[in-house]
Amino acid sequence: MATEILMPALSPTMEEGTLAKWLVKEGDKVKSGQIIAEIETDKATMEFEAVDEGTVARLLVAEGTAGVKVNTPIALIAGDGESTATVPVAPPGAGPVAVVSDQAQAMIVPPASMKPAMAIPDEAPDMGWPAGTPVKTMTVREALREAMAEEMRADANVFLMGEEVGEYQGAYKISQGLLDEFGTKRVIDTPITEHGFAGLAVGAAFGGLRPIVEFMTFNFSMQAIDHIINSAAKTLYMSGGQMGCPIVFRGPNGAAARVGAQHSQDYAAWYAHVPGLKVVMPYTAADAKGLLKTAIRDPNPVIFLENEILYGRSFEVPDLPDYTVPFGKARIARVGSDVTIVSFGIGMALALDAAEALSKDGISAEVIDLRTLRPLDYDTVISSVMKTNRCVTVEEGWPVGAIGNHLSATIMTRAFDYLDAPVLNCTGKDVPMPYAANLEKLALVTVAEVIAAVKSVCYR
Amino acid sequence: MATRKAPETSNISKDDLLAYYREMLLIRRFEEKAGQLYGMGLIGGFCHLYIGQEAVVVGLEAAAKTGDKRITSYRDHGHMLACGMDPKGVMAELTGRSGGYSRGKGGSMHMFSKEKHFYGGHGIVAAQVPLGAGLAFADKYLGNDNVTFTYFGDGAANQGQVYETYNMAELWMLPVIFVIENNQYAMGTSVKRSTKSTTLFGRGTAYGIPGEQVDGMDVLAVKAAGDKAVAHCRAGKGPYILEMMTYRYRGHSMSDPAKYRTREEVQKMRDEKDAIEHVRDLLLQAGHASDEDLKAIDRDIKERVNEAAEFSKESPEADLSELWTDIYA
Ligand SMILES: Cc1ncc(C[n+]2csc(CCOP(=O)(O)OP(=O)(O)O)c2C)c(N)n1
Ligand SMILES: [Mg+2]
Repeated sequence: MATEILMPALSPTMEEGTLAKWLVKEGDKVKSGQIIAEIETDKATMEFEAVDEGTVARLLVAEGTAGVKVNTPIALIAGDGESTATVPVAPPGAGPVAVVSDQAQAMIVPPASMKPAMAIPDEAPDMGWPAGTPVKTMTVREALREAMAEEMRADANVFLMGEEVGEYQGAYKISQGLLDEFGTKRVIDTPITEHGFAGLAVGAAFGGLRPIVEFMTFNFSMQAIDHIINSAAKTLYMSGGQMGCPIVFRGPNGAAARVGAQHSQDYAAWYAHVPGLKVVMPYTAADAKGLLKTAIRDPNPVIFLENEILYGRSFEVPDLPDYTVPFGKARIARVGSDVTIVSFGIGMALALDAAEALSKDGISAEVIDLRTLRPLDYDTVISSVMKTNRCVTVEEGWPVGAIGNHLSATIMTRAFDYLDAPVLNCTGKDVPMPYAANLEKLALVTVAEVIAAVKSVCYR
Repeated sequence: MATRKAPETSNISKDDLLAYYREMLLIRRFEEKAGQLYGMGLIGGFCHLYIGQEAVVVGLEAAAKTGDKRITSYRDHGHMLACGMDPKGVMAELTGRSGGYSRGKGGSMHMFSKEKHFYGGHGIVAAQVPLGAGLAFADKYLGNDNVTFTYFGDGAANQGQVYETYNMAELWMLPVIFVIENNQYAMGTSVKRSTKSTTLFGRGTAYGIPGEQVDGMDVLAVKAAGDKAVAHCRAGKGPYILEMMTYRYRGHSMSDPAKYRTREEVQKMRDEKDAIEHVRDLLLQAGHASDEDLKAIDRDIKERVNEAAEFSKESPEADLSELWTDIYA
C-alpha cells in the first residue's frame, strides 16, 4: 500500500514551511536515505530524506509552494510491485515516513498529536515543543545562562553588560561562568550608572553590536527608562526605518520576598504600553531559554522580564542544539472548557494552582500563558474565551492600566456576544509593596483570589 | 569668549579655506531659508537654528575621516549639512515630506543617515552623550580606528548622564570626542545662571579626561583642536573634551522672547566674531579670492538652498501608510 510522505517539522517551533524543491519526480524509484526534497523554514533550508524504498507515485504539493502546514501529505510512495497509477491513499496519521538529514531528526513528530486543537477539551496541553523531543530538567537560571552562552558563541557581536555580571558572576548568578568563557571584552562590569550604561548600550546597538543589558533588577531600569523608550524604542520610527536597535534589556522583575516597595515592582504593563518595544515575560525554563534566544536575535529592543522566585525552579527543557520560541505565540498550558485563565510570568504558577484546585470542584479551567506581552497573542485568548465564555486574568502588577484591563477591553470588543460573565482581573493590590510579611502576602495576588474570581464568573 | 588668535594662514591651503567658506555659508543660508519656510507655515513645531555656530561643525568635520561618527541634539541641521547629507533631504524632513531623511516621521529634531554616519538628532537634552559613547564603544569593540564626535550644549553639560558617561568613557578608553557647544545659553538661562563651575571642559579632570577650550567662532582654531583630539582618540588614549566657545544669533527655537540678553550683545558678536566673515577676510587678504569669486560662491550656495526649498515644497506629503511602518525592524 502506498504511504504518504508528510510535511516534516524541521524545528520544534515550525508550523509551516516552503516546499522549495523536489529532487525526484513522479515515477522515480527512491531508496531510503535518498534526499527527495528541499524544505525551507524561516531559519534555514533543509534536505529531506525518504525513509522507505519505493516509487514516487504522486507529488501532491508543487515545488515553490509556501505555507505548507506541517503534516500535510506532500507525496505518495508506492511500495515494491505496487502500481503507481491508482495508489490508494493511506489514512492520515499513518506515521512519519521521512526524516530530515540533520539533528532535527529527533523532532519528527507523530502527526496526530502535532498541534493542540484548543477547540477540543481534554486534549493534551501544549508543552511548547513536539512530543518525542528529548528533554532535560533545568532551572530557569540555567536556562537563561545557556541561552546567553549559546547566542554569544553564535554571534561575536553579542555581549553582556551590567552591574556585577562579570567577576561577581551575576547578582543572581545568571551570568555565572560567562566571564570565564567570553572574557572581559564581552562580559562587562559597569559602574552603578543605569542611565548612562543603558544609553551607552543603545548607542552600541546603533553602532552595529547586539548588547544584552542586565539590570540588577528592573526597578533600577526606571533610571534608564528614557533611553529604553526615547532612544531605543522610537529611533527606528523617527529615522524612517534607518536606525534599528537590536538590544535586550533583561533582569528580574516584580516582587521577590520582603524587599520592600522600591524593589518589588512589576513593570510588565509599563513596558507593554510602548510601541517599538517587544516585551517578554516567561514562566517556564524552556520558555526562558527559547524566548531569550529569540530576543537576542530580534532586530528590535526587547524587554525581557525575569523573576527572582522563578530562577531556582526546575522545568523540562528540550535538549536541542538550538531551541527557540517565537514571539507572539501563547501557550495553552492546561486545556479546559468552563473558563479561561490568562496569565504570564510568575502569575502562571498561581493560575495553574488555581486550575488544579478548581478541577476538584468540577470546574474545568483552560490556562493560557501569554509568554510575550508585545506582541500579544490575542487570537489564542479570544478563541479560548469563545469556547469557555468566561475569562479571568492573573498578574502581579497593579490594577490600574493592567495587562488584564487591556485583555478585558479586547475580549469585550472582539467576543462580547460570547461572554457569559464580565471578565475579572486578578492583580496585585493598589499599594506600594509593604515590607511586613503578612502585609506583603495581602498585597500580592493569591491563588485563593484566582479561585474566587473563577467561581464568581462561573456563578458558583 | 577666547579672543581670536592672529590668523595663521600660512599652512592652510586656499582650497581648504574656500571649502570652509562654502560649507559655513551653506549652513547659514540653509538656516535662513528654514526660518523663512517656518514663517510661511511650511515647517512646524520646534526648529532650532544653528546660525552663528557654523565654524564648530565645519572645523571638526575637516578633522574627521570617513567612518567617523557624529551624534548631536535637536540643533542638528548644521551637523547634517557639514557631514555631507543632502540639503534637499534635510529640508524636506523639516517640511515633513516623504522626501525627508526620515520620510517625514522625524522632523527637525530627528534625522539620521547611516550612510553618512550621522546618528541623530536627539530631543532629550544630553541623551546623545551616552549614545555617542556607545557608538565609540562599538567601534572599539569591532577593532576599527573610527572616532565619534558627540556634541552637546552648555545646558546639557549639567545633566547627570554626561558624568556617568565621562566615567565609563575614560574607564573603557573609548574613542569619543565630547564637543561641548558652549553658546552661552540654555534657552534663556546663561551659563553663569546655571553653574558656578563655568569652565565646562574642566569637569573632565575629575574623570581623567583631558580637554581644552577653543574659540568656536574660528574655524581654523576648531580644525586645529579637532586634529589634536582626533589624534588622541585614534591613538587609543581614550576620550577628549573640546569646549567650543560659540554663540547662537537666533532664538533658542522659533519663538523666543529674547529677553535674556541684549540686542547689543548679539550685534557685537555678529560684528566682531562672525565665523564666516572671518574666513571671508582671510580669503581676500591672502589674495585667494576676489570679491567677484566670493559673490559667485554666494550665488551658487543660494541656488542650492533654493533647490532644497523647492524640493521640500514639492515632495509629496508623507504617505498615510507610513503611520504604521518602521515600528519594528
Ligand atoms: C531632559 C530635557 N529637559 C528639558 C528639555 C527642554 N529643553 C530643550 S532645549 C533646552 C536647553 C538646552 O540648552 P543647551 O544644552 O545649552 O543646548 P542649545 O539649545 O544651546 O544648543 C531645554 C531645557 C529637554 N528637551 N530635555
Ligand atoms: Mg547652549
